[in-house]
Amino acid sequence: MGARELSIVLFLCVLLVAVGVTSPAFLHPANIQDILVNSSFTVVAAVGMTMVIVAGGIDISIGSMLAVCCVVAGNAAKAGLPTALVLLLSLAVGLVLGSINGALVAFARIPSIIVTLGTMSIMRGAVTWATGGYWVRDLPPSFTALGASEFLGVPMSVWVAGVVAVVGAFVMRGTRVGRRIYAVGGNPRAAELAGINVRWVVFGVFAACGALVGIAAILYATRFTVIQSNAGVGFELLVITAVVVGGTNIMGGRGTVFGSVLGVLLLSVIGSALTYKHVSAYWESAVQGVLVLLAVVSDTLRPSRAAKPGFSLFWRSP
Amino acid sequence: MKRILPIGKEAVLAAVLVGVSVCMAALSPRFLSIQNLLEMTRHFVEIGLMALPMTLIIITAGIDLSVGSIMGLCAVILGWCWERCGLGIWFAVCAACASGCLAGLVNGVLVAFGRIPPLIVTLATMAIYRGLALGISQGRPVFSYPESFYVLGQGYIGPVPVQLMVFAACAVGVGMVLAYTRFGRAIYAIGASEETARLSGTPVKTAKLLLYGFSGLMAGLAAVVYVSRVSTAKADAGLGYELDVISAVVLGGTSVSGGEGSVLGTVLGLLTISALRNGLTLAGSPAEVQAVIIGSLLVFAVGLDSLLRRRTS
Repeated sequence: MGARELSIVLFLCVLLVAVGVTSPAFLHPANIQDILVNSSFTVVAAVGMTMVIVAGGIDISIGSMLAVCCVVAGNAAKAGLPTALVLLLSLAVGLVLGSINGALVAFARIPSIIVTLGTMSIMRGAVTWATGGYWVRDLPPSFTALGASEFLGVPMSVWVAGVVAVVGAFVMRGTRVGRRIYAVGGNPRAAELAGINVRWVVFGVFAACGALVGIAAILYATRFTVIQSNAGVGFELLVITAVVVGGTNIMGGRGTVFGSVLGVLLLSVIGSALTYKHVSAYWESAVQGVLVLLAVVSDTLRPSRAAKPGFSLFWRSP
Repeated sequence: MKRILPIGKEAVLAAVLVGVSVCMAALSPRFLSIQNLLEMTRHFVEIGLMALPMTLIIITAGIDLSVGSIMGLCAVILGWCWERCGLGIWFAVCAACASGCLAGLVNGVLVAFGRIPPLIVTLATMAIYRGLALGISQGRPVFSYPESFYVLGQGYIGPVPVQLMVFAACAVGVGMVLAYTRFGRAIYAIGASEETARLSGTPVKTAKLLLYGFSGLMAGLAAVVYVSRVSTAKADAGLGYELDVISAVVLGGTSVSGGEGSVLGTVLGLLTISALRNGLTLAGSPAEVQAVIIGSLLVFAVGLDSLLRRRTS
């Protein structure tokens, strides 16, 4: 566990104890479960975003992508498709959309912030147009049951998020693919010279991120009985914030899946704590912003070789 | 680009703008009336005011995601000062612009002296300023301003909307500074290579600080124009505007990796986007279709530019 992970865990513990002592209902299992369920889909997307940012890119289209996958999945479920097929369909739609981003970044060589700015607008426009701004209602019970189901007393969505996080962490830490992602983000020229196919790695992380957003969409869509047409507005910022708080360098080359998961949990716990302390929800985004600044400033204060940002695919190093 | 076509980026953009205008005029005969064209500009001035400093910032290879939130914060401060201070509306206007400038300077200090990537700094302050705007106003809008204040957002000088004059003056000023002054050259130098600029004696940190401060000031001015136009100060003013601003700048030929771009390009980019929006609205096409078209145009334009650049190099 790195310094960042350790400090987030400590901060989380202090926060849980401090709020828990003054308002015991905060630590009630029901509230803890609520926090975990609400962060499950963010965790899944954050795993994908971590890969993209570590490789030196960024994806700001995931909020719109989540909406597209949700609406497609919701309508497929209403059309009577079996739940397993709906899941696969959502994953496939995410994979295709992510691949489009990836192809534009890797092969058309457009900076990822521009590509995903464009596709964010395109996908949001398409989904609002297709739904006419109406919610997807009357989802079949077999579909929404997925959100309510439990295994060993833990909600299914938490299991899914846990499995995705563990697999993601293993891929990034323990496999050749993972090392290549770090290498590309650290220094793409050096990676190229070392025989890594940089273009395919970049394409791959965007495609993987899309597929993970497809999974996140199912977790999101099965929480309630309706899907709003503005689902996922601002979701990309929440996920990027969590990933940065979790210690991933926005310039690429550094960051862990575990850190990102902790980042998501920290944001959720703070959100819930603010509610319990009767702080108006209006202040929540200010608190999140301060947290990001604290995280990054602490980064620059720490003398470290690894903190030196390399050349980035979408941004020039300062 | 110049080696393939014997013309600059701005000429290509102007041709695109003419093409878009012809298409829009074919779709709706009302598009080309003088009155419609002038009214069209009313809506892009707020985006345009923020796009001017954004052009300079992106040329230095930076970015400012917080402009929309600063606009919201300034709108709230304008309303708050007008309601609570009792020092008159013009004091409130000054307070709004000053707080915008201060908010921008905070970004500048963190970017220039904190050495934190601008994307992260302004991502964080985007959340902070929006949170402050919501927290201060508690989501409550402020109405009813004196009649004289509405001149800025709803009045005319001859047939021309007042805010268009404000924007034109700002655009000419910023364009001149960028093209003809040492400060302008310094901005390009920083974007081309920050290290080289520093070693050759350019005050890189001061320049960055000034640029982000200027960006905040213009967001404050945009907030004043916005409040005057819609007669309401509310915390969600400018929500999502940062993306419109960046789209206009990038469509105008400014490269996100820095060192390249012009104010003329940004103005042409702005005009292209608003001509598309206005023409499609007149033709009865919904806003969602406009989002799809403008998003595609952005990706296509930058993709084509990067393709041509690779051919020439």
